Amino acid sequence: MNKVLTISASPHSFGVDSTQKIMYGVVLALLPALAASIYYFGIGALIVTAAAVISSVGFEYLIQKYVMKVKPSISDGSAMVTGLLLAFNLPTNIPIGLVILGSLISIGVGKLSFGGIGQNPFNPALVGRVFLLISYPVQMTSWPKPIIGRMNYLDAETGATPLAVVKEGLKNGESFSSIDIPAYLDLFFGYLGGCAGEISAFAILIGGIYMLWKKIITWHIPLTVLGSMVFFSGLLYLINPEGFADPIFHLITGGAMLGAFFMATDMVSSPMSVKGQIIFAIGIGFLTIVIRVFGAYPEGVSFAILIMNAFVPLLNTYFKPKRFGEVKKNG
Amino acid sequence: MLKTFPKGGVHPPENKLSAQAAIEVFPIPPQVVIPIAQHIGAPSTILVKRGDMVKTGQIIAKTSGFVSANIHSSVSGKVSKIEDVVDSSGYKRPCVIIDTEGDEWEEGISRDASLNSSIALEPKEIIERVLEKGIVGMGGATFPSHIKLNVPSGKKAEYLIINGVECEPYLTSDHRVMLEQPEQLMVGIQIIMKALGVSKAIIGIENNKPDAIETLNKLAPSYPGVSVEALKVQYPQGGEKQLIKATINREVPSGGLPIDVGAVVHNVGTAIAIYEAVQKNKPLIERVVTVTGKSLAKPSNFLVRIGTPISSLIEAAGGLPEDTGKVINGGPMMGKALSNLDVPVTKGTSGVLIIREEEASRKEIAPCIRCARCTHVCPMGLEPYLLMTVSKNSIWEKAEKNDIMDCIECGSCSYECPANRPLLDYIRLGKSKVSQIIRSRRQS
Amino acid sequence: MWLPILYFVAQKFKVYEDPRIDEVDEVLPGANCGGCGYPGCRGFAEACVKSEDLGNLYCPVGGNDCMSSVAKVLGRTAVEKEPDVAVLLCNGACSLRPNTNKYDGAGSCTIAHNLYGGETGCQYGCLGLGDCVRVCDFDALHMDTETGLPVVDEEKCTACGACVKECPRNLFELRPKGKKGRRIYVACSNKDKGSAKKIGCDVACIGCRKCEKECAFDAITIENFNAYIDPQKCKLCRKCAPVCPTNAIHEINFPPRKVKVEKEPALAETSSTTSVQSEGATEVVARKPRVKPESTDAPKPDPSSENNPS
Repeated sequence: MNKVLTISASPHSFGVDSTQKIMYGVVLALLPALAASIYYFGIGALIVTAAAVISSVGFEYLIQKYVMKVKPSISDGSAMVTGLLLAFNLPTNIPIGLVILGSLISIGVGKLSFGGIGQNPFNPALVGRVFLLISYPVQMTSWPKPIIGRMNYLDAETGATPLAVVKEGLKNGESFSSIDIPAYLDLFFGYLGGCAGEISAFAILIGGIYMLWKKIITWHIPLTVLGSMVFFSGLLYLINPEGFADPIFHLITGGAMLGAFFMATDMVSSPMSVKGQIIFAIGIGFLTIVIRVFGAYPEGVSFAILIMNAFVPLLNTYFKPKRFGEVKKNG
Repeated sequence: MLKTFPKGGVHPPENKLSAQAAIEVFPIPPQVVIPIAQHIGAPSTILVKRGDMVKTGQIIAKTSGFVSANIHSSVSGKVSKIEDVVDSSGYKRPCVIIDTEGDEWEEGISRDASLNSSIALEPKEIIERVLEKGIVGMGGATFPSHIKLNVPSGKKAEYLIINGVECEPYLTSDHRVMLEQPEQLMVGIQIIMKALGVSKAIIGIENNKPDAIETLNKLAPSYPGVSVEALKVQYPQGGEKQLIKATINREVPSGGLPIDVGAVVHNVGTAIAIYEAVQKNKPLIERVVTVTGKSLAKPSNFLVRIGTPISSLIEAAGGLPEDTGKVINGGPMMGKALSNLDVPVTKGTSGVLIIREEEASRKEIAPCIRCARCTHVCPMGLEPYLLMTVSKNSIWEKAEKNDIMDCIECGSCSYECPANRPLLDYIRLGKSKVSQIIRSRRQS
Repeated sequence: MWLPILYFVAQKFKVYEDPRIDEVDEVLPGANCGGCGYPGCRGFAEACVKSEDLGNLYCPVGGNDCMSSVAKVLGRTAVEKEPDVAVLLCNGACSLRPNTNKYDGAGSCTIAHNLYGGETGCQYGCLGLGDCVRVCDFDALHMDTETGLPVVDEEKCTACGACVKECPRNLFELRPKGKKGRRIYVACSNKDKGSAKKIGCDVACIGCRKCEKECAFDAITIENFNAYIDPQKCKLCRKCAPVCPTNAIHEINFPPRKVKVEKEPALAETSSTTSVQSEGATEVVARKPRVKPESTDAPKPDPSSENNPS
């Protein structure tokens, strides 16, 4: 019995999950949304997505290898997720150059400048998107109209998103019911202008349910984000149904679904305790509605998430999980 | 719906390979090595010297403090040596080594297997007997049992909870004991109830042992006050605090003891050992040990004399498989890896688990992705990721402030971590440092 | 209009601080290592200013020079102290101390130490996971990849004592640097019986007492089967090292023993100079060059050939 035995402290048994599995699980969950995007936006969706994924992974590899001089970690799949999410947050007729620039900002500034995976305080894809949105507002806000089987890329005919239409209309004193927007069922399945991956609430729901089933995410953040959006927009709608859009409209348009299921749930930049996550999610819902209704932009999910990302360290410090057998302090 | 503890926990593959293997009496080994530190607390004081002849059941080391236990010879024969031997702690510690000669038992010990259900002793006498016979907690923690039977003044015990959970994967010794000695278990419970002065006892058993639940449910009506509670399978339900929460829905306060919420928890093995000590005058000199592993030819449950080398148990279960990577004293979640197979079986050895080479090594450590799974699975509501970080950076005040001492070291966090981070390793380090700091603060 | 209020508040909450604290702080090395026993250099400066004499205060990093400048600032006299250096009391390199198992846990000595006796047969020796290297603020400790032991860089070591505190097995000792950096010590901390030690490690002190008998100055004491050389009593006569049957006594910075003509200690050629050389390390163990008529000085016994009663 002269075997060299391995020694380590308990536990000696481990779960089967790994960072890779989680990341590729997210990629898998994003595929329905990608399919919807290609269905409605055609070749442009494919080009933008491919460019974002390839450049994100490429930048991660190059920066880690030659700038940071560490072992590249592209195999964990996190750069791929960032690339996909970035692409999903861009219009499908955006020039490739901007996509690559966005990837560089996402990966280089949003992620690696903080030390790489696990260290970034902000969702890297959103950092890239907001950078582009502020720097190239024209390209970033010309939305191609959904046309099934479209084959043209840059010169796609564009139009405003329903959110922008409603915002403009309400600002001009029209009543909500008189504004011409597509049927809700069309909006739910994705027949509307918008960013590549955000249009189909239906496809995102499929992905979200998959992630919930695989326990990649928990229900707390997505449901609370959507719930609080419904609550705050509902409040406004009840006060004045003609002056404000109804909650369902808020849910199925813009980036609400994509943000709630894929962006706000980003593990790295969301709080650790359930209490913290709930507050984080309520904040996102609230800020989204505030920006959509009162802000300068028609859409506010990205900003809301980034703002709440900044509160995460605070939430982690002040909202601890409930300790077992917590002894109430005197007083 | 089945009861369980509400927060955290994991469900590792159960792998109860030896669940159907009846307990076999293991032959008396030619030599036993009996460590004098087999329990939590002060090591016992050795009473014998080299060359002494001892009988089976004779006391060879006596309790040396409040938290300590007597140790008895598990064989009859001659004390050949008293020296430091590597035991399951991984360090050399004093042991009494006895060469076996025959099997002559100490007088007064009844070896009659018949059930004796009339409890003649008074509570005080029961506690004395438990102390005298060296009974310690047999679930693995090896806390001297007589202390748990003594209800401190000002406190009142309401419930006796018997731990038949066996939430550790692979292990089946408690399961087999419940199946094969249910009546002794019941009488043992009655004895403990008498000593504590409680009228209610609950046997908590996880639902993956339906045969044990059925057997005990059949017996329960004839033992007043005893009931069986089937629990949902969830690790670490066998943890005292989790079991109390699951069965009677009370939370032991942080830093407190079960008695603070009126509960006393004993393991099924301990209950049977108490039965034997009180009714048969038999000291704790043997116990049931599960020998198991995926590659092992014959996963078994053995009734083994204390001090038998673990290597001989493995031999009897089909020999050490070729692809062995790790041998564990205990279960896969909380057991201790052995560096040396000549380590003896002690009062706390509930199992010997052989892990294959491919499962033995840890995977490469990746950066924390802050997925919060460790926080979700922690049954104590702690934040393992934070505790590991502060321990790694030696920020002990913050570790203490974040309740590191509440950690029960169940290993759920390390089990669950997708980045393979050694969370519990560092938390244990932090605990040992923080407890040092607390101790020195108390002294000053 | 805010200015008067700010001024008032500033005056009200002004904390008086002895200006000499700043002056003392100025001459301190500023490493904030805590080697003096105070929280950082500032704390030490405060203690210096407060204390009547500088008797118990010593900055190991700055040494005597620094202390005399401190004394000058305060107008007191500093106590001269012989500079110390950290030495590792273990010489069980990988090749001399075979592994009996494989540690697979977190890479921290303290964690491994709390878990079990270690990868080798010696439960007192170096675990080789480098906790000491991590706590060294002065870059004076490095792991030697070949021996698996940490190496002290004598030039950089300031004797701050961080490694002494950190090592879970207490394998570091601060010893006087000695004249010309010369010093002799027993590089072993094993407290087992001699026979048990030999199984675990080839270069363990087996407590044979030969050195104790050889020492004319009563500098060597044996406790727990382990010899200790008192640096205060040791006269560096070098008589103990040759009699050690296991090479456990280290002589550092001495010229090689078989001196014939060399002026410089020709280190590379002394084939018996073992282990503790690595790049940048100035510490060199001039091992007793065995004058080898094998009979006089019994080579280390092969553990397997011994009848070890265990």
